[in-house]
Amino acid sequence: MADFEPVLLSNIHKQDSHTLPVYQAGGGYQAIRKVLSGMSPNDVIELVKASSLRGRGGAGFPCGLKWSFLPKDHPGPIYMCVNADESEPATFNNRILMEQDPHQVLEGIMIGCFATRAQTAYIYVRFEYPTAYRRLQGAIDECRAAGLLGKNIQGSGFNLDIFLHRGAAAYICGEETGLIESLEGKRAWPRIKPPFPAIEGAFRKPTVVNNIETLSNVPHIVNRGVEWFKSMGIPSTNPKDPGSYGPKLYCVSGHVNTPCCVELPLGVTARELIDRHGGGVWKGRKAKAVIPGGLSMGIMTEKELDIPLDFAGPGKVGCLGLGTAAVTVMDETVPIIDYLYNASRFFAHESCGQCTPCREGTSWASRTIARIKAGQGRLKDLEILQSISQSIGIMPGTTICGLADGAAWPLKNALSKFRGELEDYIRTTNPGGYGQEEPALALVELTH
Amino acid sequence: MATTTAQPVITPQMRAEIEAFFPRYPTRQAVTLPALHIINEHLRCVPDGAIPELAQMLELSPAQVYDTLTFYQFFKSKPCGKVRAWVCRSISCSLRGGEEVLESLAEKLGIAPGETTSDGKVTLEFGECLGLCDYAPAMLANETVYKNMTADQAGALATQLKQQADGR
Repeated sequence: MADFEPVLLSNIHKQDSHTLPVYQAGGGYQAIRKVLSGMSPNDVIELVKASSLRGRGGAGFPCGLKWSFLPKDHPGPIYMCVNADESEPATFNNRILMEQDPHQVLEGIMIGCFATRAQTAYIYVRFEYPTAYRRLQGAIDECRAAGLLGKNIQGSGFNLDIFLHRGAAAYICGEETGLIESLEGKRAWPRIKPPFPAIEGAFRKPTVVNNIETLSNVPHIVNRGVEWFKSMGIPSTNPKDPGSYGPKLYCVSGHVNTPCCVELPLGVTARELIDRHGGGVWKGRKAKAVIPGGLSMGIMTEKELDIPLDFAGPGKVGCLGLGTAAVTVMDETVPIIDYLYNASRFFAHESCGQCTPCREGTSWASRTIARIKAGQGRLKDLEILQSISQSIGIMPGTTICGLADGAAWPLKNALSKFRGELEDYIRTTNPGGYGQEEPALALVELTH
Repeated sequence: MATTTAQPVITPQMRAEIEAFFPRYPTRQAVTLPALHIINEHLRCVPDGAIPELAQMLELSPAQVYDTLTFYQFFKSKPCGKVRAWVCRSISCSLRGGEEVLESLAEKLGIAPGETTSDGKVTLEFGECLGLCDYAPAMLANETVYKNMTADQAGALATQLKQQADGR
């Protein structure tokens, strides 16, 4: 395969890539000028719809379709919320876009706001990204001074303000309605949908929530066209599948020689990412398990590394989906119980506490796994974990948001793909007790 | 949260910084997080006494402010160290020794994660994925990123954190 010419990352190695002069010298803000000088909001929506651009934040919802859900004749205000709360473990592509090319992000936001008739955009930036926060604020200030933000931009009659809103280290704020609640100054408890944000979102007004990478694609679609965008990726195989088109930022981390973020057409395999871009598995070892797209997505085995990482690929091997396309490698020395311990601890820590099955289930799973890891596991515990994994989440219909589905998937995949190893671990570490069928009492009865 | 006639916690300067956020949002309540960050930057904590004062500024009940504040375990009621350091313990860092770094660093600093050194210089905490997986294992200390750490560097890292605190 010929080397791919990066598009989203084409500026990042330039000196002062985060500044307005460098962005404009590379052709920056031509797309918004083109939009303002001759396109209607509906033209932009139709263009993005035709490109089949799908959301890069994890859910993969078609972006143009999402924009089309906003009411056309609403008196306003309409809001855009930009999800820069990138918190899915192993994901850092949005950080690179915001730190190294914040103007590309802003241009995408401007076009998105024009299309949806939003006049105020809030970028919800996670607290852990101070450099991204400062670079974005610097870029916004440059745009204001240059007449690219504010009232009557470039004499077009289009008004737009972009404000940064800083998070406070809570994973749940990456869920779009959790983000909206947090923006409003409340605890970040996701909302029951419907109503969807397009109808009633931030401050009870129509709201569109988009991811940083998704919006960064938009200027390029405007400049280069739908055909160019659809020349990359994996076409849809049936009418219900919108396909996987365009460039994608893949993060490669964990047990590889050179962790990196690389831009490639959607549909590269994990094996190619690891061997060609990650410099291979470290220490000359083999991969044992690979997370395809952030911790929530579950794991692929070594044998499954040749499936394409497009929107449909990971699901074919039992993973939750492409997620954030953050690939994490675990080498052959990693006990699966250690992976489960790390994953379950994360979700127990980050469950927002609103839905009982998630709050209790993630905590119960985490404590059970910690006990197994400590050598006090019983075979029966695997049934308990299986039962938790099947009963928490949107899919079984017990929770409001998908955090619990993400907590369930590592359990499901580990139990189905590495069951033998987990049983052996329990048998070896707790030889006297592994056969015990019933759980021990939580509290010892007091007898006086 | 007894009211007091003593000096207000929210100084005129903080008040002005908070009020500057009002025009950005259609509601006062939306200024809750920005205001908590402003107070936290000035005081390295959000003391209980700030809550009723902030509630009054935002036209909210103190309980509403308290509810939001406590949801994020980020804001502490007692001052953090001059440097607040988060060592990542999530999957990509953990696979490359992040938890060992946290453990060794805690030992060198003589505190447990979540605690502050007795000289008030460093608060050490674990972080969930800091988005620095290309530099794993990584640490964020105020706004400084420490990359590709190893547990045997813990002594040097502890010194660097204290120096960072002195440099403020």
